[in-house]
Amino acid sequence: MSTRLFIPRDTTALSLGADEVADLFLAQASDSCDVVRNGTRGMLWLEPLVEVDYEGERIAYGPVDVTDVAPLLAQGVLDRPVTESPLYQGPTEQIPFLARQQRLTFARCGVTDPLSIDDYRHHGGFTGLSKALTLDPQEIVDCVTQSGLRGRGGAAFPAGIKWQTVLTASGDRKYIVCNADEGDSGTFADRIIMEGDPFVVIEGMAIAGLAVGAEHGYIYLREEYPNAKLILDEAIALAESAGLLGDSLLGSGKTFHCEVRLAAGAYICGEETSLLESLEGKRGLVRAKPPLPAIEGLFGQPTVVNNVLTLASIPWILDSGAAGYAALGYERSKGTLAFQLAGNIKQGGLVECAFGLSLKELIEDFGNSSFSGRPLKAAQVGGPLGAYLPYSQWHLPMDYEAFAQVDAMIGHGGIVVFDDSADMGEQARFAMEFCKEESCGKCTPCRIGATRGVEVIDRIRNNQDVSNNLTLLGDLCDTMRDGSLCAMGGLTPVPVRSIMKHFGHELVSAGKESSL
Amino acid sequence: MTEREAISDIIDAHRHLEGSLLPILHAVQDRFGYLPPNSNRLIADALRVSEADVHGVISFYHYFRQRPPGKHAVSVCRAEACQAQGCRQLEAHIKTRLGIDFHDVTDDGQFSLEPVYCLGNCATGPTVRVNNTIYGRMSAEKVDRLFERLAVDTVRLLS
Ligand SMILES: Cc1cc2nc3c(=O)[nH]c(=O)nc-3n(C[C@H](O)[C@H](O)[C@H](O)COP(=O)(O)O)c2cc1C
Ligand code: SF4
Ligand code: FES
Repeated sequence: MSTRLFIPRDTTALSLGADEVADLFLAQASDSCDVVRNGTRGMLWLEPLVEVDYEGERIAYGPVDVTDVAPLLAQGVLDRPVTESPLYQGPTEQIPFLARQQRLTFARCGVTDPLSIDDYRHHGGFTGLSKALTLDPQEIVDCVTQSGLRGRGGAAFPAGIKWQTVLTASGDRKYIVCNADEGDSGTFADRIIMEGDPFVVIEGMAIAGLAVGAEHGYIYLREEYPNAKLILDEAIALAESAGLLGDSLLGSGKTFHCEVRLAAGAYICGEETSLLESLEGKRGLVRAKPPLPAIEGLFGQPTVVNNVLTLASIPWILDSGAAGYAALGYERSKGTLAFQLAGNIKQGGLVECAFGLSLKELIEDFGNSSFSGRPLKAAQVGGPLGAYLPYSQWHLPMDYEAFAQVDAMIGHGGIVVFDDSADMGEQARFAMEFCKEESCGKCTPCRIGATRGVEVIDRIRNNQDVSNNLTLLGDLCDTMRDGSLCAMGGLTPVPVRSIMKHFGHELVSAGKESSL
Repeated sequence: MTEREAISDIIDAHRHLEGSLLPILHAVQDRFGYLPPNSNRLIADALRVSEADVHGVISFYHYFRQRPPGKHAVSVCRAEACQAQGCRQLEAHIKTRLGIDFHDVTDDGQFSLEPVYCLGNCATGPTVRVNNTIYGRMSAEKVDRLFERLAVDTVRLLS
């Protein structure tokens, strides 16, 4: 009898040798094992994580290197749990990092074969769409509104209100655009769900289509995700044959099609109007709003632009009900968020939990502190436009409003951790440098401001006329914040300001001290 | 098939799409590794836009390139999560090791180098990409070994 092994084909697992590990198991024990290439469980520090199914119980070993395969086989890993192996992690679902999570959106991720329609069906797939097919469009939108779901792409705009606008708007045709540009450093949750459970994203898009009356959708996927592209393309083809997409969704006569469009390496194209320009085949210049994309979006038609995770949350909400979702969370941050622990962190990965736990719990309890073993110093939350939070702010609950109150943001839920060797002056400089590189160029405060910002920070770090240059930097930040057309230029001052406020001594003394 | 015919075929296969310019540029670059000088005019004619329009789009996006890349197109992540894991030092090492700066190709055509801002592998950085393969938890030593292996593989293929 053959034993089932699960070895992820997730990008992070692959980046650490999962293909080689899978090949080796098959080469050395092809008669006695089957290998399922699942998504990741999100415990990325354990990748490649090999799970062995012993009569229905999955036991985890990780991180498994190619050199570990032969010894594990010799110890009889295909026949019994090898508890004496240093790689033995116990039953997967009991690993504290996973056991403490509330997996709604990511319930199937890592559990199933991402490209098996049967697996998807057996693990609760299709139920959201089936439910939606029994409702009229207004009822679907009401359900999403009542769930309190807010956009997961960064701005946290209520999803139901956006859908209502598109439902009410009239147009020749309407579109659903899934924003899979995931440009923020420290974020990979969109990628993980697209690679680990692509059908849930597709199902969410199909439900969105039913809700607003759109028959066509695009997944705008960043080029930096070649593995996700392969998986999504295959998943779409499978979904067409299973009625999850097509001319007659689950035999209902209702139509929805979608396709993947590749981006081309511009961070700004994650901004929704720039994204739409790009989908139309143009330079990704940000559009002025109004008109909102919900009213005049892709090719001038009413368009829902939602983040991958917003859409992936929809099937659960339809299936389990708005009230169940709204019951989770904290204040006005309803439901769960997929937090992502990244950077200098020992246990990096994906943590789906209800809002409200603290940054400290995430970094210390889940993340188990630094990878380097050195003391931690700062966490940048919410991507390159997010604030750097010093330890004194780590008690904050993960809640959109609580973060906004201290001029920080949760954004897409990325948490990038830095140890005490980080040079915060360098990080402030990088914030400006990144904006300079990635600005779409449409407005002056952003385009020119970021260039000036780099220069001013360089002068400060070189101890040139420090106090005047600090004043200048503050003014520049105000100009960018107040005068930029979009949040790229508007929020770049946020990380800079947070460093001026909490790590100001590092900004000015960098020229005197050598940085580590 | 000549280069020109190949490009025309690609255009014909994609021109029916809504917003077909990016899919066409991707397909041409997938085929040739870059956008050959001929492609601008062919695409512009087919889509009834000016060559300047096509050029404007190409120049906006970091990913599109108008010169051939190295056989092994290396990108090194420069974004924050990888910074926290020492990517600045790794970047310097790679530049020294290959003897080129960003956007350059080594004299033997083996390697080219580009910056990239996040590869979605932020929990196990620093991260490097070579063609479509992503490598996590990189270090100077691992990069050296990887580049040696890639160079050797090429020699083997050629002989
Ligand atoms: C500079 C910039 C970059 C952005 N990048 C992304 C991105 O990569 N992914 C994303 O979903 N939203 C991104 N957004 C937010 C989008 O503009 C938009 O708010 C979002 O796609 C709406 O979907 P949601 O309501 O489901 O979050 C970005 C915004 C800005 C200003
Ligand atoms: S703020 Fe920057 S990115 Fe946004 S529109 Fe202006 S120039 Fe473009
Ligand atoms: S920051 Fe380097 S992979 Fe995300």
